[in-house]
Amino acid sequence: MKRRALADRADVLGGVMLAPALIYVTLLVGVPFLLAILLSFSNATAGSLRFEFVGLRNYGAILRDPIFLRALRNTAVVAIGSQILVIALATAAAQVFRATFRGKRFFRFVLLLPWAVPVSLAAIAWTWIFDSTFSVINWTLKVSGLLHGWLYWLGDPTLALFAIIIVQTWRIFPFATVIVLAGMSSLPSEILEAAVVDGAGFWRRLLQIELPLLTPVFAVAVLFGVVYTATDLGVVYILTGGGPANTTHVLPTLAFQRGILGADLGQGAAIAVFLLPFLVVVAVAMLRLARQTEVGGARDESP
Amino acid sequence: MAGIEIRNLRKHFGELHAVDGVDLSIRDGEFLVLLGSSGSGKTTLLRMIAGLEQPTSGEIAIGGERMDGDVPPRARGIAMVFQSYALYPHRTVFQNIAFPLEANRTPRAQITEKVRWAADLFGITRYLDRYPRQLSGGERQRVALCRAIVRDPHVFLLDEPLANLDAKLRNTARDDLKRLQRRIKTTTVYVTHDQVEAMGLGDRIVVMEHGRIRQVGTPREVYENPADTFVATFVGQPPMNLLNEGDTLIGFRPEHFLPRRVFGADADLRSFPFTVRRVEYLGSDRYVYGTVPAGGGGSDVAVIAELPGNVAVEIPEGQTQEFAVPRRAVHVFDAETGVRRGK
Repeated sequence: MKRRALADRADVLGGVMLAPALIYVTLLVGVPFLLAILLSFSNATAGSLRFEFVGLRNYGAILRDPIFLRALRNTAVVAIGSQILVIALATAAAQVFRATFRGKRFFRFVLLLPWAVPVSLAAIAWTWIFDSTFSVINWTLKVSGLLHGWLYWLGDPTLALFAIIIVQTWRIFPFATVIVLAGMSSLPSEILEAAVVDGAGFWRRLLQIELPLLTPVFAVAVLFGVVYTATDLGVVYILTGGGPANTTHVLPTLAFQRGILGADLGQGAAIAVFLLPFLVVVAVAMLRLARQTEVGGARDESP
Repeated sequence: MAGIEIRNLRKHFGELHAVDGVDLSIRDGEFLVLLGSSGSGKTTLLRMIAGLEQPTSGEIAIGGERMDGDVPPRARGIAMVFQSYALYPHRTVFQNIAFPLEANRTPRAQITEKVRWAADLFGITRYLDRYPRQLSGGERQRVALCRAIVRDPHVFLLDEPLANLDAKLRNTARDDLKRLQRRIKTTTVYVTHDQVEAMGLGDRIVVMEHGRIRQVGTPREVYENPADTFVATFVGQPPMNLLNEGDTLIGFRPEHFLPRRVFGADADLRSFPFTVRRVEYLGSDRYVYGTVPAGGGGSDVAVIAELPGNVAVEIPEGQTQEFAVPRRAVHVFDAETGVRRGK
């Protein structure tokens, strides 16, 4: 009698093949995550190995801290603001790339570059674009006669936050475009043609037919975008370093500053953990939105 | 209301000539069926009338007005029903039917009135608040028709609207459609590959093959006087029997090919020794499959006889007996070109 080889045993094989991913996720995501929660209830510092549990003291401290509250607000503003721009830009770009034109493949490749460039490299380039003396934006506006004063992009709290939103948008929108393009090409062409025959113009087709049908796709794109921007440290850290005067911190940069640079591991961990409910709420809302649209009838399956 | 004039219309997709020089006059108020197998160019022709496809060359006029390539579908006074119905899945039935009216900026009150009128016409008033996925195939098809009819188009374009219905439903839907068209008298162009649909619905039928028109005529003309062997074998089920006879082909329909003794003694007939291979009992008819000797002395030719239920003659399988066709039911075609020569 021949013994069954390992390759024939789906039950064992499944476990074996999943194991590397499971171990990886457990060690590099699960353990640090639990550690962060643990640390957030302690008075641990980077300088010593001693730590004691202090209950909710860290949370109490940060909730009374105006810098933290500002960072929390900034995180939301950057995530939401950049995603609104991303949706608009991705929709427009997807419309362009849906058409056929010469060099389409090349331009699609160029489009994806911002997403592929390392965050830190891109952020350094952007610090020059927003530089207080050499800002190419200012010079362009000045030469074209649109700007009379001078914009200190990274020196003004509002402008700096706006600059961060611009960079995050620039970084995320190519990815969203690809997702939206894929979604658009999966729309049944007869439905789009029916809208044409029914006499709907471009905007009516876009706003009343295409975008509603693409809601689940946008939900996925926005979910990714929010997670990317809300958890990103690099852009803010390099662009403004949280300045001027701690006005542009987001949760990751503040957590890094307090926990690592300031050596207060407990408070840093508490700030980082604060991201969790924020992201959970976003994820649940988005997934629910995607599901509701399907229930409403985005799928035209036969009964 | 409007007729459609088509002049030397062509559509080439690279090497493929989907529509290859079509001339056609569609009369005002007519129900015209474009009949052909897939790849015959019938759908491309319909899409060019709709303005969804730009002709490579040629002219289309609707209601006497030239429809050049830059006249968009919405300016053509047409409405179209797609094979998949193409209902907007995220909109209720009401919102689906209202969409063309919203698009041409009809006032709210009037939209409600028109939607109710159309829904009433098709008996779908109680589904107005449902979504398309909550409807059956037949109900969806009626919603699609409502959406087409609601803004009073000059021309209806229907692309296989019954193809996705089951056989039973298709018969009633066909009847509904025909009655509706008689009532509203809107010029209708209907694409199908189903010859039964074509015969049952069309005032006239256009038989297409490889982007060209093979014959235009009433269902009776197309059936009784097919222009060539393609039409003769495409229309009719089972298809017309064809036999080689010198430089001609003779054709006769299975229902005219009956046992000799069914006919009177003085009938003007052509007789054939028919070797029966198999008999298929279908309730109302019997299909008899067999062969007759070829005219030129070549191998035997397969033919089919369709015996109505009232012909009670015993047909034993494996035996040869005399079958005959009335001479007036024999069609003659050119053997080389397939073009009809007469009867």
